Amino acid sequence: MSERASNRIFDILNVLIIIVVILVCLLPFVHIIAISLSSSRPIMSGLVTFFPREFTFEAYTKVFSDMSMIRSLGFTIMLTILATVLSMAMTIAVAYSLSKKELRGRKWFMLIIVVTMFFSGGIIPDYILIRNLHLLDTVWALVLPGLISPFYMIILISFFNSIPKSLEEAAEIDGTTHLGTLFRVILPLSLPSLATLSLFYAVGRWNGFQDALMYINRPDLYPLQLKLYQMIQNNQVSEMMQQEGLGMAQLMPESLKAASVVFSTVPILIVYPFLQRYFISGMMAGAVKG
Amino acid sequence: MKNTTYLRRNWQLYALLMLPVIYFLIFKYGPMYGVQIAFKEFNFFEGIAGSEWVGLDIFREVFQNNDFFKALRNTLLLNLLDLIISFPAPLILAVMLYELRIIWFKKFAQTILYVPHFISWVIIGGIVLQVFGTESGFINNLLTGMGLDAIPFLSNKHYWLITYLLVGVWQSAGWGTILYLAALTGINKELFEAAEVDGAGRFKKIFHISLPGIKTTIATLLIINLGNMISIGFDRPFIVGNVAVRDYSEVLSTFVYRVGIESGQISLATAVGLFQALVGLIFLLGANYASKKLADESIL
Repeated sequence: MSERASNRIFDILNVLIIIVVILVCLLPFVHIIAISLSSSRPIMSGLVTFFPREFTFEAYTKVFSDMSMIRSLGFTIMLTILATVLSMAMTIAVAYSLSKKELRGRKWFMLIIVVTMFFSGGIIPDYILIRNLHLLDTVWALVLPGLISPFYMIILISFFNSIPKSLEEAAEIDGTTHLGTLFRVILPLSLPSLATLSLFYAVGRWNGFQDALMYINRPDLYPLQLKLYQMIQNNQVSEMMQQEGLGMAQLMPESLKAASVVFSTVPILIVYPFLQRYFISGMMAGAVKG
Repeated sequence: MKNTTYLRRNWQLYALLMLPVIYFLIFKYGPMYGVQIAFKEFNFFEGIAGSEWVGLDIFREVFQNNDFFKALRNTLLLNLLDLIISFPAPLILAVMLYELRIIWFKKFAQTILYVPHFISWVIIGGIVLQVFGTESGFINNLLTGMGLDAIPFLSNKHYWLITYLLVGVWQSAGWGTILYLAALTGINKELFEAAEVDGAGRFKKIFHISLPGIKTTIATLLIINLGNMISIGFDRPFIVGNVAVRDYSEVLSTFVYRVGIESGQISLATAVGLFQALVGLIFLLGANYASKKLADESIL
C-alpha cells in the first residue's frame, strides 16, 4: 500500500472515530430531549430513542407552571451572579497585590493562601463554622465559603505578571496610584482571563450541590441543582418502592424529569459558546504555573 | 526605601489584601481550628472549646469501624480504576484530535467534547438514570427489544462499577485533552517534517515524535493523579451511587457526610476527614517529590 493511501485511510478512520465520540457525547442529550417531548405511553413502552413520539410540550408546560421551579431558577441565577461578582472582585484584589514582586510580606501572604490548597479542616468543621456564624439557611452559606479559589488566584497572578512591566511603569510616571493602574491598565488588558475565570466561578456555583445539600433546609432557598436532585432522587426511591410492591408510590412521569434536566442544562449551554473561545487560553495560562 | 514612604506609596495594595486575607483566616483557617473535635467528644451545646478532650479515642473508634474501611477501600479502588480507564482516554483523544487535518471539524469536535465537563453531576445523574436505568433505561430498552436480558447497570454492584467508570470518561475525557493538545502544539514542527522525509508513516510519527514529545506532561499528570488517590469528589459517587450499590459507592467523602451530617456523629466524621486530609497531604507531597525527581518539574 502506498504511503499516500495509508495516510488517507488513517485520516478517514480518525475522522470516523471522532464522529463516533462526538455522537457518544451528544446522544444522551438528544435522548433526554426526546423523552422530554414525548408523552408517557411511548416512553413507558420504550419506544423513544432519539426522536420524540406523540410529540407534546406538556412536560415543559408543567415545569414552567411550577412556581417553585421558576423561583429556584431565579434564585440560582441571582446566586450565581452574586457569587461570581464577589469572587472576581476578591480574586482580582488579592491577585493584583500579590503580583507586585516588591510587596513586603508577599511570601507570607502567598504561603497562608497556598497552604489552604493542600490542607483543609474537612466538611464537618466547615459545617460547624457555618453553623456558628449563623449562616445556615442563608444565601451567604452558598457564597462565602468558596469566595476565592487559590488556584484561580495563581492563574490570575501569572497572567498579571505576563503584562509588560513598562506599561505599569508608564502609568506610575504619570502619577497614577496602584488602584488607578489596576483599573486603567491591568484590567482592560486582562479581559480574556477575567472572562475565563468568571466562567469557571459561575459554572462552579451553578453546578454546586454539596454545599446546598449541607447548609440549606429552606425550600425557598434551594438552588436548582438541589431541587433537581430531590426530584430525581425521590423518584428513584418511589420507583424502588413500586418494584418491591410497597404501596401506591406516585411516580413522577419520566418526561417531567427529563424536561427538568433540560431546563437546568439550557442556561449553561446558552452561555457556553460565548465564553468558549476564552477558556482555552485561560486554561493554558494556568497550566504553565498552576 | 524608608518604611513610611513605602507605606504611603503602597497602602492601597495592603488595603486590597485585607478582605481576602480575612476571608482565608475565617473560612479556611477557622475550620482548621475546628479539627480539634476529632480529639474531643463533641457537644453542640458546649461548642468546640467546651467539649471534653478524649485523646485518641475517636480514632480508635474509626479504626474499628468496618464501614470506614469499606469507604477507604472503595475510595482507593474507584480512583485506581479511574486512573486505568480515565487516564489514557484524553491522551488518545488528544492525539487523534491533533492528527485531524480539517480545521473546522477539529474546532467543532473540541467544542462538543468539552461540553460534558460543564454539566453538573446532578444533571448527569438524571441522564444516567434515563440511559442506564434497569426498568425503562434507554440501553435496556434496546436490549430487551432485541430479545436480550436487561443488564442491572445501576443496581448490581459490579455493573455499577463499570457504569461509574464510563460516566467518568464521558464527563472528563474531552476536557482532559486541553493540556495534551497544548503540549502537542509545542512540539517542534520540523521534527514531523524530517520524519516525513525519512518516510515515516502516521503511526510512526505518533509513537516516535508526538508521544515522546509530551511525555513530561503525561508523567506529571499521572503523578498528580497518584497524589490524589485518597481524595475523591463528593458529587460523582453520591449522585451516581445508590442504596443498592452502597457496598462500592460509599467512599470517604460520602461516608463523612452520612456519618457526620445525617447521623450527627460529628467527632467520628471529623476524625475520618482529618485522616483523609493527612494521608492525602502525604500522598501529594510524595507525588510532588516524585515529579521533581522524574520530570524535573514541580507541581507545587
